[in-house]
Amino acid sequence: MYTRTEPLRQPVQFSFEGQPLQAEAGETLAAALLAGNVGAFRTTPVSGSDRAAYCMMGACFECLVTIDGTPNRQACMTEVRDGMVVTRQRGPA
Amino acid sequence: MSRRDLCIIGAGPAGMAAAVEARAAGLSVTVLDEALRPGGQIYRDVTRASEARLAILGPDYAAGQALAARFAASGAEHLCGASVWHIEQEDGGFLLSYSQNGASSQVEAAKLIVATGALEHPMPLPGWTLPGVTTTGALQILLKTSGVVPEDVVLVGCGPLQLLLAAQLVAAGRPPRAIVETVPTANYLAAGKHLPRALRGFGYLAKGAGLLLKLRRAGVPIYRDAQAIALEGDATLEAVRFTSGGRGHRIETTTAGLHHGVVPNQQVTRLMRCEHRWNADQHAFAPVCDTYGESSVPGLFVAGDGAGIRGAVSAALAGRLAAARIAGRPDSVTAPLVQALARDAAVRPLLEALYRPCAQALSPSDDTLVCRCEEITAGQIRAAATAGAPGPNQVKAFLRTGMGPCQGRTCGLAVTGLIAQSSGRSPDDTGYFRIRPPLKPLTLSEMAARDD
Repeated sequence: MYTRTEPLRQPVQFSFEGQPLQAEAGETLAAALLAGNVGAFRTTPVSGSDRAAYCMMGACFECLVTIDGTPNRQACMTEVRDGMVVTRQRGPA
Repeated sequence: MSRRDLCIIGAGPAGMAAAVEARAAGLSVTVLDEALRPGGQIYRDVTRASEARLAILGPDYAAGQALAARFAASGAEHLCGASVWHIEQEDGGFLLSYSQNGASSQVEAAKLIVATGALEHPMPLPGWTLPGVTTTGALQILLKTSGVVPEDVVLVGCGPLQLLLAAQLVAAGRPPRAIVETVPTANYLAAGKHLPRALRGFGYLAKGAGLLLKLRRAGVPIYRDAQAIALEGDATLEAVRFTSGGRGHRIETTTAGLHHGVVPNQQVTRLMRCEHRWNADQHAFAPVCDTYGESSVPGLFVAGDGAGIRGAVSAALAGRLAAARIAGRPDSVTAPLVQALARDAAVRPLLEALYRPCAQALSPSDDTLVCRCEEITAGQIRAAATAGAPGPNQVKAFLRTGMGPCQGRTCGLAVTGLIAQSSGRSPDDTGYFRIRPPLKPLTLSEMAARDD
């Protein structure tokens, strides 16, 4: 489990798999999803196994999610925005 | 299309320092960086960190603020959120294609400094793909960018970053559940030989000792010489299993950080077909560069950890040195930088001997996944090598290793290592993935939406 060391100063609202979540303005979507303890970000195209953010620096592509209907977005390279609708990426998307 | 005297890829310490130096010498400079804000990974988001977070992360992180401020005031053009996906040599210079805000553009440069830093050394262990398992670097990025910390983390592996993050988590009031260190006792003896030289880098040694003292006071358990490590869980991480001191251990946790050193990010220098050589001490490939950082491709310089792991202080020095060389500054400017780099490197042989990469991860069991994207095991790679695949590109053709979206960033050195072990040839003879454009996957619409 992950937790925040500071209260949110500028909260933004977004959703993951229909669940409402809060984030700090300016942070990455991947950080917000980890802080929300959402578990898997996606399932793999090969075996369907669960994956979540691994490197947080744009290298590993494990954090791919669908953002507002667009698949294959790197959550760790995307700034979280108010009203974002995020879903788990299932397989190749 | 704009043409610059100098383009710099990466806005970490090397890239920022290079930009400041080049601007001071009157060059036109564009810095392209994937991140939204300057700093690289070491100074990630240093420009927006709260006082509380700066206190947790410590003065070496906060030092990035001054460099970021000089960079912002330098007059260099800073393209943030810009991902360079191709570079061509053209008219004695370089043509860079990059994607930013969903559209591609190009910029020309007479000279190029590659300051793309380091990646985590691949650490394939059983269960390393489970949600809840990240790199230790990822956990530190999470703390730097968001003040988000794991509540119960087990840090597995070795290296200064493990101890630094552990101490930062103590400062954040969330001490790690345990440090599972993979350093064999023999490494302490091997490292001892380098102590006299390392004493010239006393500041680093003192910092290391301070970290260890902090962890001891906080009561963080350190398990030594850990072996037979497995990350266990059904859908997400549930426990870390290992042996240490002749006994089996199983620590329940939902989060683990893996780390056994960082390695140069070779993507750009491999794309440009720069000559690379295996560095046995760092257990990684690095581009061959001269004193000033110029690679085998004339006009292409490499500064910072991308040229070999030397840390943030050296990265900034190397960035200044490369920029000064490109600007034609005299020896009186460059010579002190060369000397400062040598002084700063004094501690490296000790660190490299002590924190050798984890033996289990260098030679994973046959059933361990190595290529996370295409889900290829160590056994499959060994079998392909035994069947006659002489190097990573043939294994890639057989198995698709390195053909997924990460393009080998997460498994490349592990694939080279496994083939080299199987064939009995050196890593230099085994080689590395041939890196081709685009450097990062991009959509056809991004490629089509050229805004130049």
